[in-house]
Amino acid sequence: MEQGLKPPVMSHPQYLPSLRRVAVCGGTHGNEMSGVYLVKHWLQDPSELQRSTFQVTPFVGNPRAVEQCVRYIGRDLNRTFAPAFLNTKASDSDLYEIQRAQEINQIFGPKGSSQAYDFMFDLHNTTANMGSCLLVNSESNLLSMHMCNYIQKHCTVRHCPILFCQPPGEEANFTMSVAKNGLALELGPQPQGVARADQLAKMRSIMACALDFIELFNKGTLFPAFEIEAYKVVRRTDFPRYPNGEISAVIHPNLQDKDFQPLKPGDPVFQTFDGEDILDDSDDTFFPVFINEAAYYEKKTAFCKTKKGTFAQPAIQKGF
Amino acid sequence: MNSCQVLRDAPVRKVALFGGTHGNELSGVFLVKHWQEDGAEIQRPGLEARPFLANPRAVEKCCRYVDCDLNRVFDSENLGKELTGHVPYEVRRAQEINSLFGPKGQPEAYDLILDLHNTTANMGGTLILETSRDCFTLQMCHYIQDALWPDSCPVFLLEHPSLKYATTRSVAKHPVGIEVGPQPQGVLRADILGKMRKIVQHGLDFVQKFNAGQEFPPCTIEIYKIMEKVDYPRDKKNEITAVIHPNLQDRDWQPLNPGDPMFLTLEGKTIPYEGETTVYPTFVNEAAYYEKQQAFVTTVKEKLSAKGLKVS
Ligand SMILES: [Zn+2]
Repeated sequence: MEQGLKPPVMSHPQYLPSLRRVAVCGGTHGNEMSGVYLVKHWLQDPSELQRSTFQVTPFVGNPRAVEQCVRYIGRDLNRTFAPAFLNTKASDSDLYEIQRAQEINQIFGPKGSSQAYDFMFDLHNTTANMGSCLLVNSESNLLSMHMCNYIQKHCTVRHCPILFCQPPGEEANFTMSVAKNGLALELGPQPQGVARADQLAKMRSIMACALDFIELFNKGTLFPAFEIEAYKVVRRTDFPRYPNGEISAVIHPNLQDKDFQPLKPGDPVFQTFDGEDILDDSDDTFFPVFINEAAYYEKKTAFCKTKKGTFAQPAIQKGF
Repeated sequence: MNSCQVLRDAPVRKVALFGGTHGNELSGVFLVKHWQEDGAEIQRPGLEARPFLANPRAVEKCCRYVDCDLNRVFDSENLGKELTGHVPYEVRRAQEINSLFGPKGQPEAYDLILDLHNTTANMGGTLILETSRDCFTLQMCHYIQDALWPDSCPVFLLEHPSLKYATTRSVAKHPVGIEVGPQPQGVLRADILGKMRKIVQHGLDFVQKFNAGQEFPPCTIEIYKIMEKVDYPRDKKNEITAVIHPNLQDRDWQPLNPGDPMFLTLEGKTIPYEGETTVYPTFVNEAAYYEKQQAFVTTVKEKLSAKGLKVS
């Protein structure tokens, strides 16, 4: 990497290596159908993924879960790419996803090594009304941030908010963390097990735009510095529950489907089965996301609260 | 007999409210659990309303079923099956339900079961009937439609010469399904919950008034009668090669005319509907029906007349 320069001067780009090997994962969660259908289609006919300067490999993340149309078999694959799972010797008695994570790590990693793939896309759906959300680990992922900026400016799909998904202080254990860089797409609302034409088309356009960006980058295009708005998850909010653990209230109708819209202190967040409103008791405005995501009931998350911020990114260009 | 006659029907005393026949259809699951804690809103003079969780194991795992679809096993073969060796959980459960609320077809059976379901399809609050010849349930649908007006409340008739369902609710003398959507599996939406609750309220009001001696004059209701199931286009390996066309998505109960777009392939090709007459699709893009080889079902609109009704 030619990062010796690291110029404080805004006009000077940071030089990054070109991208040669790119992977596209669908079906990390087996019941999120947009990615499942697209990747299965691309495995048959990859022509729309092809660009001149790099190679793209589509793959199904969790084939057994896809076959059964469930999120996972033994545990969430998208939380399994941590050293504790990747670096132990896999045995047949391990959960399926641990074995599968090691396979993926072998093919597209090893994670953190110089042989790892340069970039990985991971295609997801949510039952929440999150639009075409772009998930990046954090603002320090320079290349991914430029890609997001490019998508927001050039893609025909509207409403592509950027969400930082890595909780502070925790290591990245998502599927895409195997590659050197990554971007996850989180499109909704779409029920689990359902493929909607509109979501499929949006995911496809964003992928095409993202691959165009890589092509331009590899060809030496200079991407100037910019400032961009993004949301950072700061906390999770669980459903109110009875002592026995059962949910005692649902997402309030005023909050349902209002992902990325401001939630002010005192706004209603839940409604009990007796019709009583439960108000937000924080002392600050947040931007909730993943509101009523089916898969998060078991993770004890009714929604995630985010903070909106503006993030400055330096220019980038391919290093020579 | 003609439709001007007033039918005298036995009082409807034993009523059950089923939730969780499918474990990931959460409106019914949570309403039933709530009513089991606090049944005030379902209590009515002159009837016993019993909330019941039909498939507790599927509810616990938040999946549709454990071994097989509970809502398809209430036929004489499964209900009479000997419980030795490996019998699917839902078949055992069906026999339990049959002994608690049936036996199906017998005088001791429950009078009415309202079975609460959700769908990922944009079906609104739909009432599902199994026969066109039950004046009690037709009158009940008419009453609920009136009470909900101007909101629509389609009635779906599952009467077909060869498609047999063997539903859970069919153990009762008067079975009614309540299917509310769109709601993803494993998700509880306040709006859908409210809609389902209202339908149940009006249904119970009707039973209460009927038992109390109110006479319901002859009426006509519009229903959608099931015609056929339409599967997705598939390749030789049985993989789906096209999705519901955007023009059809979310258009449950809207006319689909010959030549209208029906599917969109992954190559971007539109596949039109090639039937000869206009139909009204429903269960469009229901998640649970992918495995049943079903993209949607077609229906035709018909009018049904119900005789006047009074308790005997
Ligand atoms: Zn159901």
